[in-house]
Amino acid sequence: MEIPYTVQPRPDTGIYNAKVGIWLFLASEVMLFGGLFSAYILLRVGAEPGMWPHGWLNVTLGTVNTILLALSAITTLLAWVACKVREFGKFKFFHACTILLALTFLGIKSYEYRDKLIHYEIALTSGKFADGHLVEKSKDFDLAKKTGTVTLHGHIVEDRKELMDLRSPEAQAAKHTDITIAAADIKKMENYAPRHNTFTAIYFTLTGLHALHILGGTLVIFYLWGPGSKMWFTDHERFTNRIEVSGLFWHFVDLVWIFLFPVLYLT
Amino acid sequence: MIFMSDSEHPVDLKSYIRRCAVILLAVICTTSLMIATSFSHIGTGWTARVAIILGIASVNAFLVAGYLMHLLSEKKMVYALLAFTVFFFIGLLGLTIWASNDFPPGTAMH
Repeated sequence: MEIPYTVQPRPDTGIYNAKVGIWLFLASEVMLFGGLFSAYILLRVGAEPGMWPHGWLNVTLGTVNTILLALSAITTLLAWVACKVREFGKFKFFHACTILLALTFLGIKSYEYRDKLIHYEIALTSGKFADGHLVEKSKDFDLAKKTGTVTLHGHIVEDRKELMDLRSPEAQAAKHTDITIAAADIKKMENYAPRHNTFTAIYFTLTGLHALHILGGTLVIFYLWGPGSKMWFTDHERFTNRIEVSGLFWHFVDLVWIFLFPVLYLT
Repeated sequence: MIFMSDSEHPVDLKSYIRRCAVILLAVICTTSLMIATSFSHIGTGWTARVAIILGIASVNAFLVAGYLMHLLSEKKMVYALLAFTVFFFIGLLGLTIWASNDFPPGTAMH
Protein backbone atom coordinates (compact mmCIF):
# COMPACT_ATOMS: atom_id res chain seq x y z
CA MET A 1 0.00 0.00 0.00
CA GLU A 2 1.35 3.41 -0.93
CA ILE A 3 1.26 6.24 1.60
CA PRO A 4 -0.66 9.10 -0.04
CA TYR A 5 0.58 12.65 -0.45
CA THR A 6 4.21 12.13 0.53
CA VAL A 7 5.25 14.06 -2.59
CA GLN A 8 2.20 15.54 -4.24
CA PRO A 9 0.26 18.26 -2.41
CA ARG A 10 -3.03 17.16 -0.89
CA PRO A 11 -5.83 18.97 -2.75
CA ASP A 12 -7.58 20.34 0.36
CA THR A 13 -4.47 21.59 2.21
CA GLY A 14 -2.35 22.50 -0.80
CA ILE A 15 0.77 20.93 0.74
CA TYR A 16 2.10 17.41 1.22
CA ASN A 17 1.18 15.63 4.46
CA ALA A 18 4.57 15.68 6.16
CA LYS A 19 4.65 19.45 5.90
CA VAL A 20 1.25 19.77 7.59
CA GLY A 21 2.58 17.38 10.22
CA ILE A 22 5.76 19.32 10.92
CA TRP A 23 3.89 22.63 11.18
CA LEU A 24 1.44 21.08 13.67
CA PHE A 25 4.38 19.71 15.62
CA LEU A 26 6.09 23.11 15.58
CA ALA A 27 2.85 24.69 16.84
CA SER A 28 2.96 22.33 19.85
CA GLU A 29 6.63 23.22 20.33
CA VAL A 30 5.74 26.93 20.41
CA MET A 31 3.35 26.17 23.28
CA LEU A 32 6.00 24.11 25.10
CA PHE A 33 8.63 26.83 24.95
CA GLY A 34 5.94 29.49 25.44
CA GLY A 35 5.04 27.92 28.79
CA LEU A 36 8.66 28.02 29.88
CA PHE A 37 9.13 31.57 28.66
CA SER A 38 6.07 32.68 30.64
CA ALA A 39 7.54 30.87 33.67
CA TYR A 40 10.73 32.88 33.12
CA ILE A 41 8.75 36.16 32.98
CA LEU A 42 6.91 35.30 36.20
CA LEU A 43 10.12 34.38 38.03
CA ARG A 44 11.85 37.49 36.80
CA VAL A 45 9.15 40.03 37.65
CA GLY A 46 8.52 38.25 40.95
CA ALA A 47 12.16 38.44 42.06
CA GLU A 48 13.04 40.81 44.88
CA PRO A 49 14.74 44.01 43.68
CA GLY A 50 18.45 43.41 43.10
CA MET A 51 18.13 39.64 43.51
CA TRP A 52 17.81 38.64 39.84
CA PRO A 53 21.22 37.73 38.40
CA HIS A 54 22.65 39.98 35.73
CA GLY A 55 25.76 39.28 33.67
CA TRP A 56 26.18 35.72 34.92
CA LEU A 57 26.48 34.23 31.45
CA ASN A 58 29.33 34.56 28.97
CA VAL A 59 28.05 36.88 26.21
CA THR A 60 30.97 36.04 23.90
CA LEU A 61 30.15 32.33 23.96
CA GLY A 62 26.45 33.07 23.55
CA THR A 63 27.20 35.26 20.53
CA VAL A 64 29.41 32.58 18.96
CA ASN A 65 26.60 30.05 19.45
CA THR A 66 24.08 32.47 17.89
CA ILE A 67 26.24 32.80 14.79
CA LEU A 68 26.90 29.05 14.66
CA LEU A 69 23.15 28.32 14.72
CA ALA A 70 22.43 31.00 12.09
CA LEU A 71 25.13 29.47 9.87
CA SER A 72 23.72 25.97 10.40
CA ALA A 73 20.23 27.22 9.48
CA ILE A 74 21.71 28.51 6.23
CA THR A 75 23.61 25.29 5.45
CA THR A 76 20.37 23.35 6.10
CA LEU A 77 18.55 25.52 3.58
CA LEU A 78 21.37 25.14 1.07
CA ALA A 79 21.30 21.35 1.53
CA TRP A 80 17.61 21.45 0.56
CA VAL A 81 18.37 23.67 -2.45
CA ALA A 82 21.11 21.20 -3.46
CA CYS A 83 18.42 18.47 -3.38
CA LYS A 84 16.19 20.61 -5.58
CA VAL A 85 18.91 21.12 -8.19
CA ARG A 86 20.01 17.48 -7.82
CA GLU A 87 23.59 18.04 -6.74
CA PHE A 88 24.34 15.15 -4.39
CA GLY A 89 27.90 16.25 -3.54
CA LYS A 90 26.77 19.69 -2.48
CA PHE A 91 23.90 18.23 -0.45
CA LYS A 92 26.40 16.05 1.42
CA PHE A 93 28.74 18.99 1.95
CA PHE A 94 26.10 21.39 3.27
CA HIS A 95 24.55 18.86 5.63
CA ALA A 96 27.99 17.80 6.90
CA CYS A 97 28.54 21.49 7.72
CA THR A 98 25.19 21.57 9.58
CA ILE A 99 26.17 18.55 11.68
CA LEU A 100 29.60 20.00 12.51
CA LEU A 101 28.10 23.38 13.44
CA ALA A 102 25.49 21.70 15.63
CA LEU A 103 28.11 19.62 17.43
CA THR A 104 30.24 22.74 17.99
CA PHE A 105 27.17 24.48 19.45
CA LEU A 106 26.64 21.58 21.84
CA GLY A 107 30.35 21.56 22.74
CA ILE A 108 30.23 25.24 23.67
CA LYS A 109 27.01 24.73 25.64
CA SER A 110 28.64 21.85 27.55
CA TYR A 111 31.60 24.10 28.35
CA GLU A 112 29.19 26.76 29.69
CA TYR A 113 27.41 24.15 31.83
CA ARG A 114 30.74 22.91 33.21
CA ASP A 115 31.69 26.50 34.04
CA LYS A 116 28.51 26.84 36.10
CA LEU A 117 28.92 23.47 37.80
CA ILE A 118 32.46 24.27 39.05
CA HIS A 119 31.39 27.77 40.14
CA TYR A 120 30.68 27.86 43.89
CA GLU A 121 29.07 30.29 46.28
CA ILE A 122 30.15 29.71 49.86
CA ALA A 123 28.36 31.25 52.84
CA LEU A 124 30.97 31.73 55.54
CA THR A 125 30.40 31.55 59.27
CA SER A 126 31.61 35.18 59.44
CA GLY A 127 28.52 36.24 57.49
CA LYS A 128 30.51 37.00 54.33
CA PHE A 129 30.27 35.17 51.02
CA ALA A 130 33.06 33.65 48.94
CA ASP A 131 32.36 33.20 45.26
CA GLY A 132 34.49 31.70 42.51
CA HIS A 133 35.54 28.69 40.50
CA LEU A 134 36.75 25.59 42.24
CA VAL A 135 40.53 25.16 42.10
CA GLU A 136 40.88 22.20 44.43
CA LYS A 137 39.55 20.43 47.49
CA SER A 138 42.00 18.95 49.97
CA LYS A 139 41.92 15.15 50.20
CA ASP A 140 40.41 15.25 53.68
CA PHE A 141 37.78 17.85 52.75
CA ASP A 142 34.46 16.91 54.32
CA LEU A 143 31.88 19.60 54.91
CA ALA A 144 29.81 17.47 57.33
CA LYS A 145 32.82 16.59 59.50
CA LYS A 146 34.25 20.13 59.07
CA THR A 147 37.66 18.82 57.99
CA GLY A 148 40.02 19.96 55.22
CA THR A 149 40.06 23.01 52.98
CA VAL A 150 38.68 24.15 49.64
CA THR A 151 40.37 26.59 47.26
CA LEU A 152 38.38 28.87 44.96
CA HIS A 153 39.57 31.34 42.36
CA GLY A 154 37.31 34.27 43.10
CA HIS A 155 36.60 36.92 45.68
CA ILE A 156 34.84 37.54 49.00
CA VAL A 157 31.90 39.94 49.42
CA GLU A 158 30.08 41.31 52.43
CA ASP A 159 26.55 40.97 51.04
CA ARG A 160 25.10 38.29 48.76
CA LYS A 161 23.46 41.04 46.67
CA GLU A 162 26.93 42.01 45.43
CA LEU A 163 27.08 38.69 43.57
CA MET A 164 23.90 39.35 41.60
CA ASP A 165 25.03 42.02 39.15
CA LEU A 166 28.36 41.03 37.63
CA ARG A 167 28.22 43.94 35.20
CA SER A 168 28.19 46.51 38.02
CA PRO A 169 31.34 48.67 38.36
CA GLU A 170 32.03 47.09 41.78
CA ALA A 171 31.88 43.56 40.37
CA GLN A 172 34.05 44.57 37.40
CA ALA A 173 36.62 46.10 39.74
CA ALA A 174 36.75 43.09 42.08
CA LYS A 175 40.11 41.31 42.10
CA HIS A 176 39.91 37.54 41.78
CA THR A 177 42.56 35.55 43.58
CA ASP A 178 42.98 32.03 44.94
CA ILE A 179 41.17 31.84 48.30
CA THR A 180 41.63 28.85 50.58
CA ILE A 181 38.79 28.28 53.05
CA ALA A 182 38.72 25.82 55.92
CA ALA A 183 35.64 23.58 56.07
CA ALA A 184 35.12 24.72 59.65
CA ASP A 185 34.52 28.27 58.34
CA ILE A 186 31.85 27.19 55.88
CA LYS A 187 28.16 27.50 56.71
CA LYS A 188 26.85 26.49 53.27
CA MET A 189 28.56 25.59 50.01
CA GLU A 190 26.67 25.32 46.75
CA ASN A 191 27.61 25.28 43.08
CA TYR A 192 25.65 27.10 40.36
CA ALA A 193 23.58 24.03 39.53
CA PRO A 194 19.82 24.29 38.78
CA ARG A 195 18.98 24.12 42.51
CA HIS A 196 21.11 27.20 43.28
CA ASN A 197 18.38 29.75 42.58
CA THR A 198 15.42 30.37 40.28
CA PHE A 199 17.66 31.89 37.60
CA THR A 200 19.92 28.85 37.31
CA ALA A 201 16.82 26.61 37.46
CA ILE A 202 15.11 28.31 34.52
CA TYR A 203 18.44 28.77 32.68
CA PHE A 204 19.25 25.06 32.79
CA THR A 205 15.64 24.12 31.97
CA LEU A 206 15.33 26.40 28.95
CA THR A 207 18.79 25.83 27.51
CA GLY A 208 18.74 22.12 28.41
CA LEU A 209 15.47 21.58 26.57
CA HIS A 210 16.82 23.58 23.64
CA ALA A 211 20.04 21.54 23.63
CA LEU A 212 17.97 18.34 23.58
CA HIS A 213 16.19 19.69 20.50
CA ILE A 214 19.57 20.42 18.90
CA LEU A 215 20.70 16.88 19.71
CA GLY A 216 17.51 15.34 18.31
CA GLY A 217 17.68 17.46 15.16
CA THR A 218 21.34 16.56 14.68
CA LEU A 219 20.53 12.84 14.91
CA VAL A 220 17.79 13.20 12.27
CA ILE A 221 20.04 15.25 9.99
CA PHE A 222 22.86 12.74 10.50
CA TYR A 223 20.53 9.90 9.50
CA LEU A 224 19.41 11.79 6.37
CA TRP A 225 23.03 12.63 5.56
CA GLY A 226 24.22 9.03 6.07
CA PRO A 227 22.10 5.88 5.72
CA GLY A 228 18.90 7.77 4.90
CA SER A 229 20.47 9.38 1.83
CA LYS A 230 19.97 6.13 -0.12
CA MET A 231 16.49 7.44 -0.83
CA TRP A 232 18.08 10.14 -3.01
CA PHE A 233 18.51 7.48 -5.70
CA THR A 234 15.19 5.65 -5.22
CA ASP A 235 12.63 8.36 -4.47
CA HIS A 236 14.30 11.73 -4.93
CA GLU A 237 11.22 13.95 -4.49
CA ARG A 238 10.24 12.30 -1.24
CA PHE A 239 13.81 12.56 0.03
CA THR A 240 13.84 16.28 -0.82
CA ASN A 241 10.63 16.72 1.17
CA ARG A 242 12.24 14.95 4.13
CA ILE A 243 15.12 17.41 3.95
CA GLU A 244 12.66 20.30 3.84
CA VAL A 245 10.73 19.02 6.87
CA SER A 246 13.88 18.41 8.93
CA GLY A 247 15.06 21.86 7.84
CA LEU A 248 11.86 23.47 9.13
CA PHE A 249 12.47 21.86 12.51
CA TRP A 250 16.06 23.09 12.48
CA HIS A 251 14.99 26.66 11.68
CA PHE A 252 12.52 26.51 14.57
CA VAL A 253 15.35 25.49 16.92
CA ASP A 254 17.30 28.48 15.62
CA LEU A 255 14.26 30.72 16.22
CA VAL A 256 14.03 29.60 19.84
CA TRP A 257 17.71 30.41 20.37
CA ILE A 258 17.18 33.86 18.79
CA PHE A 259 14.96 34.66 21.79
CA LEU A 260 16.83 32.62 24.40
CA PHE A 261 20.09 34.45 23.77
CA PRO A 262 18.85 38.01 24.48
CA VAL A 263 16.50 36.93 27.28
CA LEU A 264 19.11 34.97 29.23
CA TYR A 265 22.41 36.61 28.25
CA LEU A 266 21.59 40.23 27.51
CA THR A 267 18.70 41.41 29.69
CA MET B 1 15.41 25.97 -14.21
CA ILE B 2 14.11 23.92 -11.26
CA PHE B 3 10.93 24.98 -9.48
CA MET B 4 9.99 24.48 -5.85
CA SER B 5 7.27 21.89 -5.42
CA ASP B 6 4.62 23.90 -3.59
CA SER B 7 5.31 27.40 -4.80
CA GLU B 8 6.33 28.47 -8.24
CA HIS B 9 9.60 30.19 -7.38
CA PRO B 10 12.61 29.04 -9.36
CA VAL B 11 15.43 27.47 -7.34
CA ASP B 12 19.00 28.39 -8.18
CA LEU B 13 21.86 27.43 -5.83
CA LYS B 14 24.02 30.48 -6.56
CA SER B 15 21.20 32.96 -6.00
CA TYR B 16 20.32 31.15 -2.76
CA ILE B 17 23.91 31.39 -1.56
CA ARG B 18 23.85 35.14 -2.24
CA ARG B 19 20.52 35.50 -0.42
CA CYS B 20 21.81 33.45 2.51
CA ALA B 21 24.97 35.57 2.75
CA VAL B 22 22.79 38.69 3.03
CA ILE B 23 20.64 37.06 5.73
CA LEU B 24 23.70 35.90 7.68
CA LEU B 25 25.12 39.42 7.53
CA ALA B 26 21.79 40.83 8.73
CA VAL B 27 21.66 38.31 11.59
CA ILE B 28 25.21 39.24 12.65
CA CYS B 29 24.32 42.96 12.49
CA THR B 30 21.13 42.56 14.53
CA THR B 31 22.94 40.38 17.08
CA SER B 32 25.69 43.02 17.41
CA LEU B 33 23.03 45.69 17.82
CA MET B 34 21.37 43.69 20.63
CA ILE B 35 24.70 43.31 22.43
CA ALA B 36 25.49 47.01 21.98
CA THR B 37 22.06 47.94 23.37
CA SER B 38 22.54 45.60 26.31
CA PHE B 39 25.88 47.16 27.29
CA SER B 40 24.96 50.77 26.51
CA HIS B 41 24.03 53.15 29.31
CA ILE B 42 22.65 55.97 27.20
CA GLY B 43 19.74 57.46 29.09
CA THR B 44 17.35 54.51 28.67
CA GLY B 45 15.94 52.58 31.59
CA TRP B 46 16.09 48.82 31.97
CA THR B 47 12.52 48.27 30.68
CA ALA B 48 13.13 50.34 27.54
CA ARG B 49 16.39 48.52 26.88
CA VAL B 50 14.72 45.11 27.23
CA ALA B 51 11.96 46.24 24.84
CA ILE B 52 14.54 47.41 22.28
CA ILE B 53 16.54 44.16 22.56
CA LEU B 54 13.43 42.01 22.15
CA GLY B 55 12.33 44.20 19.22
CA ILE B 56 15.66 43.56 17.50
CA ALA B 57 15.36 39.84 18.31
CA SER B 58 11.94 39.88 16.60
CA VAL B 59 13.52 41.36 13.46
CA ASN B 60 16.09 38.57 13.63
CA ALA B 61 13.30 36.00 13.98
CA PHE B 62 11.43 37.52 11.04
CA LEU B 63 14.51 37.09 8.84
CA VAL B 64 14.82 33.42 9.76
CA ALA B 65 11.09 32.63 9.56
CA GLY B 66 10.37 34.79 6.51
CA TYR B 67 13.31 33.89 4.31
CA LEU B 68 14.88 30.67 5.58
CA MET B 69 11.55 28.97 6.41
CA HIS B 70 9.91 30.55 3.33
CA LEU B 71 7.04 31.87 5.44
CA LEU B 72 6.70 34.88 3.15
CA SER B 73 5.55 32.60 0.34
CA GLU B 74 3.71 29.78 2.08
CA LYS B 75 0.30 28.21 1.53
CA LYS B 76 -2.88 29.35 3.30
CA MET B 77 -2.94 26.16 5.35
CA VAL B 78 0.37 27.04 7.04
CA TYR B 79 -0.77 30.60 7.73
CA ALA B 80 -4.00 29.27 9.28
CA LEU B 81 -2.01 26.94 11.54
CA LEU B 82 0.26 29.79 12.54
CA ALA B 83 -2.68 32.10 13.25
CA PHE B 84 -4.08 29.53 15.70
CA THR B 85 -0.61 29.12 17.24
CA VAL B 86 -0.22 32.87 17.75
CA PHE B 87 -3.71 33.07 19.27
CA PHE B 88 -3.05 30.28 21.77
CA PHE B 89 0.49 31.53 22.47
CA ILE B 90 -0.81 34.98 23.39
CA GLY B 91 -3.51 33.31 25.48
CA LEU B 92 -0.88 31.19 27.25
CA LEU B 93 1.30 34.18 28.12
CA GLY B 94 -1.66 36.44 28.87
CA LEU B 95 -3.47 34.03 31.18
CA THR B 96 -0.29 33.20 33.07
CA ILE B 97 0.61 36.85 33.60
CA TRP B 98 -3.01 37.73 34.40
CA ALA B 99 -3.09 35.04 37.08
CA SER B 100 0.29 36.00 38.53
CA ASN B 101 -1.28 38.34 41.12
CA ASP B 102 -4.25 36.12 41.78
CA PHE B 103 -3.35 35.08 45.33
CA PRO B 104 -5.78 33.40 47.71
CA PRO B 105 -7.19 35.75 50.42
CA GLY B 106 -4.84 36.12 53.36
CA THR B 107 -1.62 35.41 51.44
CA ALA B 108 1.33 37.13 53.14
CA MET B 109 3.09 39.56 50.80
CA HIS B 110 6.78 40.44 51.24
